[in-house]
Amino acid sequence: MNVTLSHLTKKFPNRNKKIKDDVTAVNDFSMEIPDGMLVALLGPSGCGKSTMLNMISGLEKPTEGKIFFGEDDVTGLSPEKRGVGLVFQNYALYPHLTVRQNILFPLENLKGKDKLSKEVMEEKAIEAAKLVQIEEYMQRKPGELSGGQQQRVAIARALVKMPGILLLDEPLSNLDARLRLQTREELRRIQRETGITTVFVTHDQEEAMSISDMIVVMKDGLFMQKGKPQEVYDVPVNLFVAKFLGTPAINVFKAFVKDKKLMINDEAVLDVNTSDRDVYAAIRPEGFIVDENGPMTCKLKRIEIMGRDTSVLSENPAFEGTVIRSIVSSEDAPDPDKDTVHFSLKPGKVHLFDIESEERIDY
Amino acid sequence: MSYNKYKGWLYLLPAILFLAVFMIYPLIDVVVYSFEEGYNFASQSFMGVGTYNFSYVLHDPYFLQALKNTFIIVIITVPLSTGIALLISLGLNSIKPLKELFQTVYFLPYVTNTLAVGLVFMILFKKTAYSDGLINLVINLFGHESIDFIDGPYPAKMFVMCFYTIWVVMPFKILILTSALASVKKDYYNAAKVDGTRPFRIFYKITLPMISPMIFYLVITGFIGAFKAYSDEVAIFGTNLNAAGMNTIVGYVYDMLYGDSGGYPSYASAASLILFAIVFTITVINLTISKKNVQY
Repeated sequence: MNVTLSHLTKKFPNRNKKIKDDVTAVNDFSMEIPDGMLVALLGPSGCGKSTMLNMISGLEKPTEGKIFFGEDDVTGLSPEKRGVGLVFQNYALYPHLTVRQNILFPLENLKGKDKLSKEVMEEKAIEAAKLVQIEEYMQRKPGELSGGQQQRVAIARALVKMPGILLLDEPLSNLDARLRLQTREELRRIQRETGITTVFVTHDQEEAMSISDMIVVMKDGLFMQKGKPQEVYDVPVNLFVAKFLGTPAINVFKAFVKDKKLMINDEAVLDVNTSDRDVYAAIRPEGFIVDENGPMTCKLKRIEIMGRDTSVLSENPAFEGTVIRSIVSSEDAPDPDKDTVHFSLKPGKVHLFDIESEERIDY
Repeated sequence: MSYNKYKGWLYLLPAILFLAVFMIYPLIDVVVYSFEEGYNFASQSFMGVGTYNFSYVLHDPYFLQALKNTFIIVIITVPLSTGIALLISLGLNSIKPLKELFQTVYFLPYVTNTLAVGLVFMILFKKTAYSDGLINLVINLFGHESIDFIDGPYPAKMFVMCFYTIWVVMPFKILILTSALASVKKDYYNAAKVDGTRPFRIFYKITLPMISPMIFYLVITGFIGAFKAYSDEVAIFGTNLNAAGMNTIVGYVYDMLYGDSGGYPSYASAASLILFAIVFTITVINLTISKKNVQY
């Protein structure tokens, strides 16, 4: 089922009662989520992404705007009438019930014409458990399972009614690093197998980039950018998106354009096709090429060898930060005893942003 | 290593000494007293060792009356007070405006003196030469004759007693249950809401199991507290509880020690050991049941 969010706004009263102004968690947010996609809502903590998820699930009512599931306006509907599955950040598994009882719980709520026989319920629960591969733990209590297994049970419980939309709030944040990698693959597989439109919230850009079909970047309740992970990474619409995506982070320089040349620290580093002005030049770590005759000069600080790649740490007066981190292949690594390093730049990895609006400048 | 081992005991010594003198020694002494037959308080001598004290107490009509009273109070007040406290806590938990005010109001009886509360109950229920009491005025309104709750028939007296006990123990239970209800994570309710769970099922399947450890705690301490009731009875019926027919086991023990018929520490010890046996048995039963039902 595709989901349409139209001009959604959510305001909360300020927690500090002395302040009369409401806090705006989500601000005039419009977006369309195509059917059957795995979508990541990405943004830093407090950007309103969980509020967004709660509005889609129906736990929160939007202050303004409308939500459509397919053609139906569901804005006024309560959660149970929307047919969504929701996985909570801390899983919210009932600790006194077994895995089996937890998964059966949503089915047992059905009444009237939707009521299922015991056998059908049991069958569906086992089916859901098999999908997330926890069928051997059916008789255990959640407290006897590892974090990753609990997560699977939570997903099984959300999936057992075969909802039109599956929503996950920070699904991987409570897992350790190894389990996180495993579980995100698992999430991808489950979504592929069921084909259910899935929206998950995360603040981890790597997580979002690695498994989703589409990522949506948010900041302070505002929509920033959406697209395929690679698109958003390659063509960030503003400085925030550029900085938020990618590890190591993008390197930002204060620069200017003069006579179709990009000037960083008074060196013409790149030919650009745009008018003269002050800009932020943001260069991905992989956008640097170590080159004796390269136009960009930096003070070499240190070299970190990471096996296949080498990380070159250098300094430049125009840099907005402390150390420039560039990643080059190990054969190209500069001589660590030298004081300076010269770079030439890959044009596709250099992004220009307006110094005032921080919006993208195409060149 | 061994030095460290003794250091721990050294730190515990003050507490152990204190417990030994004021708890362990008296406990042993009670057992000793209860088997000393014909103990004379003045000469501190006794005639023999045996179980006569127990047999005397168990055949004493005053003790049997006290036993009956205690059991009635326990069986009526513990379930009722816990149930009503749960209802009130659920109510308190579901309202938003004035929640704090109501919580304070419900907690006030807890910080009020038992005897002062007893006096208020006397005014409400007691029949005097001048007035039949407020409750009787209401009863009269419905066309019934006045009932003497304080000096009248046994069921009327027991009614006041249970009413009073429930009223006194409720604030603590409400306090515990409201905090237990508030500590149930909101996510559980949200999860249930998304799954379309009906309110009664949410209560029965989620809320109740989640707060069940606290309910069992209240039931167990409630049983123990009700078995040890004494001051509440004095507050309403005065110190001569035997005459009023409203004595309790602890009251009987007190009377045997200090009352008008007192001076019999052996009988008192035997009675208190019987009380101990009862409370111990009931608590073991309670814990066994709770282990079967509270399991996470």
